[in-house]
Amino acid sequence: MTTTTAPAATTAAGKPLPRQPWNRHLLAIAVLTVLLIPLPLILPPAQASVAVRVLIFALMSIGWNMMSGFGGMFSFGHAAYFGIGAYAGGFLLVEHNVSPWIGMLVGMVIAAAFATLIGFLALRYKLRGAYFALATFAFAEMLRLWATNSEFVNRAVGYHVPLRPESSWWWMQFEPASANYFWIALGLTVIALVVSVQFVRSRAGQFTKAARDDEDAAAAVGIPVMRYKLLTMALSAAITAVAGAFYVQYFLFIDPDLAFGSSVSIQAILPAVIGGVATIWGPVIGAVVMGPLNDVTATILRNPPPALEFLQGRGGLDVIVYGALLIIIVLLLPQGIYGALRKRWSRR
Amino acid sequence: MTSTPDQDHVAAGNGGGVATLDPDELPTAATRTVPWLRIGVIAALIVVAIVLAYVRAGSGVVVVQAVTTGILIGGIYGLVAMGLTLIFGVLDIVNFAHGSFLALALFLTFGLTQAGLHVYLALAVSVPAMFLLGVLVQRGILAGAMGKPLENQLLITLGISLIIENALLLFFGANPRSVALSGDRGVPIFEAVANLSRILAFVGALLLAGLLYLLLQRTRLGTAIRAVAANDTGAQLVGIDTRVIYAVTFALGTACAGAAGTLVAPLVTIEPTTGSLFNIVAFVVVVLGGMGNVVGALVGGLIIGLAEQLGGIYLPGQSPLLSVFIVFVLVLFLRPQGLFRRSA
Amino acid sequence: MTLLRVENLAKSFKGLRAVDDVSFEVTEGSILGVIGPNGAGKTTMFNLVAGALRPDTGRVHLGGKEITGHAPHRITAAGMTRTFQLMRPFYSMTVLENVTVAVLAGGAAKRTARETAAEVIARVGLDKWRDAPTEGLPTAALKRLELARALASKPRVLLLDEVLAGLVPAERTPVMELLERLRTEDGVTLVFVEHIMAAVMRLSDSVLVLDLGRVLTSGAPEEVTRDPRVIEAYLGEDPHAKA
Repeated sequence: MTTTTAPAATTAAGKPLPRQPWNRHLLAIAVLTVLLIPLPLILPPAQASVAVRVLIFALMSIGWNMMSGFGGMFSFGHAAYFGIGAYAGGFLLVEHNVSPWIGMLVGMVIAAAFATLIGFLALRYKLRGAYFALATFAFAEMLRLWATNSEFVNRAVGYHVPLRPESSWWWMQFEPASANYFWIALGLTVIALVVSVQFVRSRAGQFTKAARDDEDAAAAVGIPVMRYKLLTMALSAAITAVAGAFYVQYFLFIDPDLAFGSSVSIQAILPAVIGGVATIWGPVIGAVVMGPLNDVTATILRNPPPALEFLQGRGGLDVIVYGALLIIIVLLLPQGIYGALRKRWSRR
Repeated sequence: MTSTPDQDHVAAGNGGGVATLDPDELPTAATRTVPWLRIGVIAALIVVAIVLAYVRAGSGVVVVQAVTTGILIGGIYGLVAMGLTLIFGVLDIVNFAHGSFLALALFLTFGLTQAGLHVYLALAVSVPAMFLLGVLVQRGILAGAMGKPLENQLLITLGISLIIENALLLFFGANPRSVALSGDRGVPIFEAVANLSRILAFVGALLLAGLLYLLLQRTRLGTAIRAVAANDTGAQLVGIDTRVIYAVTFALGTACAGAAGTLVAPLVTIEPTTGSLFNIVAFVVVVLGGMGNVVGALVGGLIIGLAEQLGGIYLPGQSPLLSVFIVFVLVLFLRPQGLFRRSA
Repeated sequence: MTLLRVENLAKSFKGLRAVDDVSFEVTEGSILGVIGPNGAGKTTMFNLVAGALRPDTGRVHLGGKEITGHAPHRITAAGMTRTFQLMRPFYSMTVLENVTVAVLAGGAAKRTARETAAEVIARVGLDKWRDAPTEGLPTAALKRLELARALASKPRVLLLDEVLAGLVPAERTPVMELLERLRTEDGVTLVFVEHIMAAVMRLSDSVLVLDLGRVLTSGAPEEVTRDPRVIEAYLGEDPHAKA
C-alpha cells in the first residue's frame, strides 16, 4: 500500500491515521474511463480492435490477480474460467437463443461454482505452491479434453455466433468496426477494476491478504481462512468468465483450444506479472503493454527486413516477445512495472 | 533428551506458503528400505485395472495391445520425467520448459536425419547439444532467480518454453513433419503388435534411465548431486560448488528430454507443440512418482503409460489424456507426496 | 471461577508421546506460567489448546464450553487467542494494518476498526512504529505486534508462546509490566510458556511444570522452583537457554 504518512503530530496517541489509497484509485478509474470513452472515435479501426484486445487481456488478468495476487493462490488454470464463460455464452446463444448478457451471468455463476469446487478440494487436501498450480492446470486441461470430445458442446468444432441482420445491444452484436464493442469491454473492465478496489479494501479482501501472508496467524486472529479463500477464488473466476463471454461475442467464435487451452491461462497470468502482481493497476498496465505486441510483430513479419525474408508470413514472434518480456520482468522487476514505479514514488 | 516433537511442530506450523513442497515433513526410518507393501498394492491395482479393462472391452487382444503400447510409451515418459524430477529435486524448479527442450531435440533430429544421419546416431548430437543448452539456460537465466519464490522460477521456465516453442513455429512453421526409421516394421509381442521403432525407443529409454541412475548412485558427481538435493547448505559446507551442481543437474535433466526427443522422433508427428504434450504427461509422472524421486519417475512413467492406454478403453471417445489427468488429480489429492517417498 | 479447563490431553507423533495425559485449570483473571526443559511438550501442549493441533484424547473447556479440536479461528471467536513464538506478522501490511485486520476479524465495524487498532497499538507501546511496514521491524517491535494483534480480538484468555524470548533484559521489563496491566486493567487471563525464570517467578500466580510430555508438578512459583524433581529435570540445563 502506498504509505503517504501525514505530517506526524507530536502527541503519540493523537497521531492522525494515515490516508488510505482507495478513493484515489476510484478517482483514477473514473478519470481514465472518461478519457478513454472517445478513444474508438479517434482511433482507426485496426487500432480500435487492439484496444478491445487490451481490455480483454486486462479483464482476464484482473480476475487472475484477485486469486493469485491478492489471494496468493497461484493459478495456472484460469483458462477453465475463461472457457466456462465463453462456452456458457456460446452454448446458450447458439443452442437456446439466449441473450449473451444472460449467458455471461450464467457463465460467471458456473465459473464461480467450479472454482469453489476446485478450491475446496485443493484446500481440503492442503495443496500448496507447485502442487496447487498443477492442480488448477489439470482441471483446465480436463475441461479442454472433455469439451473436445463431447457432443454436448459440439466437440472440437465449438460454436459460431450466428450473425444477425441488424445491430442489437440485447444480442451484443454490431457492425464489425463498431465502437460499441470497445465501450462494452471498457464498461466491463471498469466494473472489474472497481470490484477489485472494493474487494481489497473490504473485510473479505483484508482477510484474504492476511491469510495469504500467514495462514496460521490469520486463523489465530479469528479469520475463517477457508471461507475467504473460496470466496476470493469464486470472485476471481467470475471476473475471468466475463472476459470469456465477451470474447465469444467479439470474435464470434469459440473452440476448446481458444477457450480452455493452456495459452489462455498464460494470457491471464502475463498482464498481471508484467504490470505488477497483487496491485490494482498491474493487470491493466500489463495488458496495455501486451495487447499491441501482437500487431507490431504481425506488421514486422508481413514485411520483414531483408535479412529475415524467410520469416515472412510466419507466426509466433509475438509469443516469443511475451516470453522474453516475462523472463526479463521476473528477473529484473519482480514487482512488475507498476510495483516498481510505486516503490519509487513512495521513496521520494 | 531430544526435542523432536516440539521442533517438528514448529516445522509443521511454519509450513505455510510455497516453501513446503514436500508435504511429508516428518522423516521416517523407513525411507531407505524398499516399500514392498506399497509396490504390492500398486501392482494389485494395476492387475485390477487390466482385468476391468478386459471386462469393459470384452476382447483380450485389445487389452494386450493396450498394455504393450502403454508400457512401451511409458518407458519414454519415464525418461522424460526423470529429467524433470531431477531438476525439481535438486534445484526446486517446476520446469515448464522441459517439453520445449524435447521439441527442440525433435526438430534437431529431424534436421540431422534430413542431412542423412541415422535417427539413433542423432542421439550423439542431440544429447550433448541439449546438455550444453541446459548449462547455458541455467547459468544465463535461472541462476539469477535461485532461491526466489517458486512462482518466479515457474514463470521464467514458462517464458523459456514460450520462446523455444514459438521460435520453432517461427522458423519451421506449423506443418507437421516426420522422421522415418528405415526398416521399421510391426513386431508381434504375444497377441499384440508393436512397431520396431517403439520397442527400440523403449529399450533406449530404459538404458539411458539406467545410466542416469548409475551416474547418480555410483559416481562422485552423482553423490554430490544427491548431497545438494538433500541439503544444499550442508553440501556447500563440505566443499561442493553448488553452482556447478545446479548447472550440471539442470543440464542432465534437459539432456534426458533431448534423448527422449530423439528416441520418439520416429513415433510422433513433429510439431512445435509436441513437446508440451510430453511436458504435461511428465508433470503427472513426476507427481505420481514423488517430486524429486528418480526411480519413482520411471515407475510412474510406466503407470501413466498404462493409464493412458487403458483409459482409452474405459472412456471410449474421450482423449486418452483425460484419464491421465484423472489419475493425476486423484494422486494430487490422495497422495501428493507421490506413490513413493522422495529419495533423490 | 475456572475459565480454562484442560483434561487428560494427549498427543503422539509417530509413536512418540509428545503430550501425555496433561490436565490443568486456569482461574479467571489469573496468570499461569508453563515451564519445562526443551522437548517437554510445551509447544505441542500449546498448539493442542489453541486448536492448531487436534489432540488424540482429552478435552479443552473454555468458560464451560467444550472447544476440543475446534479450528483456531473458532477458538479465537470463543475468546481465546494465541501469539506465535517466532513472530509471524502479515508481512505485506503495516503495523496498523496488521492490527486492523485482527480488529475486523473480531467483528468490529469497518468505520471504527482503524481507530480501535491505533488504540491497541498505543497500548502496547508500538506507536512509534504504527505506520511502518512490518518488514525490517526490530524483534522487540515484532513481539509487541504479536501481542497487539492478539489483544485486538479482545480475548478472555491469552496464550503467549515465549513472548519474551529474543528480547534483551532491558526490553523484557516493559513487556512484563504490560502483561500485568492486561490482567489488572482488562481482566485478561494469561497462560504463558516461558523459559526466562525471572519472568515466570514475577508474573505467575501458579506454575505448571512439564517434563517428557507429562505434568511434573504444579503450584505456586516459589514452591515449584524448590521442588527437587523440577531441579532434577532442569539439571545440566540452563533454564535461561532459548528453546
